[in-house]
Amino acid sequence: MANFETVEVSTDLLIVGGGFAACGAATEAAYWAKKHGLKVTLVDKAALDRSGAVAMGLSAINQYVGIRDGENTAEDYVRYVRQDLMGISREDLVYNIARHVDSTVHLFEKWGLKIWTDEQGKYVHEGRWQLMINGESYKVIIAEAAKNALADAGGEIYERVFITAPLMEGNKCVGAVGFSTRENKFYVFKAKATIVAAGGAVHVFRPRSVGEGFGRSWYPPFNTGSSAYFTMKAGAEMTCQEVRFIPIRFKDAYGPVGAWFLLFKARAVSAEGGEYMAVRKDELQNWAPYGLAKPIPANLRNYLGMLDIDAGLGPLYMETAEAIGNIAKDYQDDPKAFKKKMKELESEAWEDFLDMTISQAHLWAAQNIKPEEKHSEIAACEPYFIGSHSGASGAWVSGPEDVETPYKWGHTNMCTVEGLFAAGDASGASSHKFSSGSHAEGRIAGKSAIRYIVENGQDLKVDMAEVDKLKATILAPLDLYEAHCKETTAPEINPNYILPMQFMFRLQKIMDEYAGGVTSAFKTSKSLLKRAMELFVFLKEDSEKLAARDVYDLERCWENIHRMWQGEAHIRTVFFREETRWPGYYFRSDTPRMDEENWHCFANCRWDPATGEWEMIKREIVALPGV
Amino acid sequence: MPSFVIVEKCDGCKGQDKTACMYICPNDLMVLDSEKMKAYNRDPSMCWECQCCVKICPQQAMDVRGYADFIPLGASAVPLRGSQDIMWTVKFRDGTIKRFKFPIRTNEEGSADPLGGYAAHDELKSEALATEPASLGLDTVPTLKE
Repeated sequence: MANFETVEVSTDLLIVGGGFAACGAATEAAYWAKKHGLKVTLVDKAALDRSGAVAMGLSAINQYVGIRDGENTAEDYVRYVRQDLMGISREDLVYNIARHVDSTVHLFEKWGLKIWTDEQGKYVHEGRWQLMINGESYKVIIAEAAKNALADAGGEIYERVFITAPLMEGNKCVGAVGFSTRENKFYVFKAKATIVAAGGAVHVFRPRSVGEGFGRSWYPPFNTGSSAYFTMKAGAEMTCQEVRFIPIRFKDAYGPVGAWFLLFKARAVSAEGGEYMAVRKDELQNWAPYGLAKPIPANLRNYLGMLDIDAGLGPLYMETAEAIGNIAKDYQDDPKAFKKKMKELESEAWEDFLDMTISQAHLWAAQNIKPEEKHSEIAACEPYFIGSHSGASGAWVSGPEDVETPYKWGHTNMCTVEGLFAAGDASGASSHKFSSGSHAEGRIAGKSAIRYIVENGQDLKVDMAEVDKLKATILAPLDLYEAHCKETTAPEINPNYILPMQFMFRLQKIMDEYAGGVTSAFKTSKSLLKRAMELFVFLKEDSEKLAARDVYDLERCWENIHRMWQGEAHIRTVFFREETRWPGYYFRSDTPRMDEENWHCFANCRWDPATGEWEMIKREIVALPGV
Repeated sequence: MPSFVIVEKCDGCKGQDKTACMYICPNDLMVLDSEKMKAYNRDPSMCWECQCCVKICPQQAMDVRGYADFIPLGASAVPLRGSQDIMWTVKFRDGTIKRFKFPIRTNEEGSADPLGGYAAHDELKSEALATEPASLGLDTVPTLKE
């Protein structure tokens, strides 16, 4: 076996991940841990300042309820999410996040985030729930608060350690194992409770750009399904694994459209100028009641645009010049004020890109696009797994104590596995958390996990023989390469192994062609999925033949195994749900209609660690009382 | 690409065990060639173009050449990040230059107080998080219970 020193770390609470949910968990847990004499340890695959989905920055906070000023209630948010996800949401979880998220945003402001305010000192809204920010350093600031909190409580942060698997004792999670991406060290973290907040998954599906632009996914390429893998391998029940997300963004660089739609009131049109949301309004009848209420669900807006593409009306465009022209009309008698306003708008439009998708600014500059002069192309991205946004995939977690539901079996946000908590992209059926809500959910999980330890924490039993087996499995790709690399003149082509990049391409080819990716126009069917499952058998077998030339390759090997598990859960759940409910995310051509009678329910799944079998489970949807 | 390193400017962060770009890259792409003492991007096709490396490089030795499979040549978007603001220079293919300056935070680096100056409490069993209800701006945490 490759020579890796084993480093054992004992802690009370382990946080796996470094993004917004993980930082929220660390900040909150540190406070309670200090009071109860407990230790918190956070492990991040990258550097906390710039890890996770907000690494680049963001130009808006997408969840702010405004309870303080009477703008909305947490119940209003529950109704909004219910509608957007076509009736499928854990309303207790959505409610719980919504009632806490404003305090997260108020904390962000105190920590140094610049939230735009008007002359009266009120937050500037981009939309009903969205606030405008100067967010280049959004992640840096949130990480700083987490670091300060951990330092004050005697906690620890491990950066550049990639957690690859849960450490289990029966149905109890007792920590995690992984390896350093900088030195030959294998890490064993033993913990009384573990919060997994390690992001969603990108590159499970083949992206549109397959050359250098392969990395320009909308959601970051370093979110590789680690949360899903961790919870599935622990034996946790998962939910909404079929609910992937496809955003419509400026084509190729995937720059944000929110400011253009919401702030500048721009229209999206086909190449012939028809506004698909108006022209195809009648189609929404087929998706009643969700299609008929406002706001129209994101997936249905996607779908109407996709119908235009199918009808040969593409490309689609965002009418940026028209939108700016409309705003200019308000100033037609005052050229000086108009010039000032235009300067302001230009700056806002470019900041929207530069804060969060620099490539889009680069692309516009390279194509000489000046948004006030010329419209710009928009398109549906490839599918992503992002339970924090308008997707919903994640672990099935226990609901808040003070809300009456059948969804309570443990401490808030605990999975169906003892001692394992999930937040952010890791927890499912609680969509539209975005950055702020993920942080709030992390805080909820952080407090809850500390309470769990205080009330239940026993001394840990860890079977070191099992740990040695895990170590051998995790390092196996290095050994396999070493054993065979000298047998061929080009080490990347060898009949005994497969390197991580080619393995990823194989996964993506299956997902793209059989499970409704970009080249299949997001369409799939029972027979296609069945074939995908056959091909997955070979893929899974060959995952044991992954080889790593070095630690970097080892990181990529395990990321791709994580992606593969996310892919399998997705295929199985899309197969299980015999209807089409989110036509703009995927379309089951063999069951093209929504079936409220049979499928107004959660489609859950669980991989059984004891037998290796998958179980598919229907779970009832219970609306929040009185909402 | 992806981010690239300018040979003339990169000093390998002066022989430290890790360079600034290696430290920060969220996708673990930057590596130091310890013979040449220059850093490089080992896998341009996995680069998100987040420019975290460009922003942190103490020598301003890094830049981005847009993804060759869809971004025409000749443009750039170059940041200069200070402690309070970021300056951007966007150069168009046709030579047009636009400059923008945006604030990045409202206080000193390192000064984020986790409790934000809000009153905290001791009730581990309540629904109220550490700084609540004060940080909500409400008297109590909202609940559905009568």
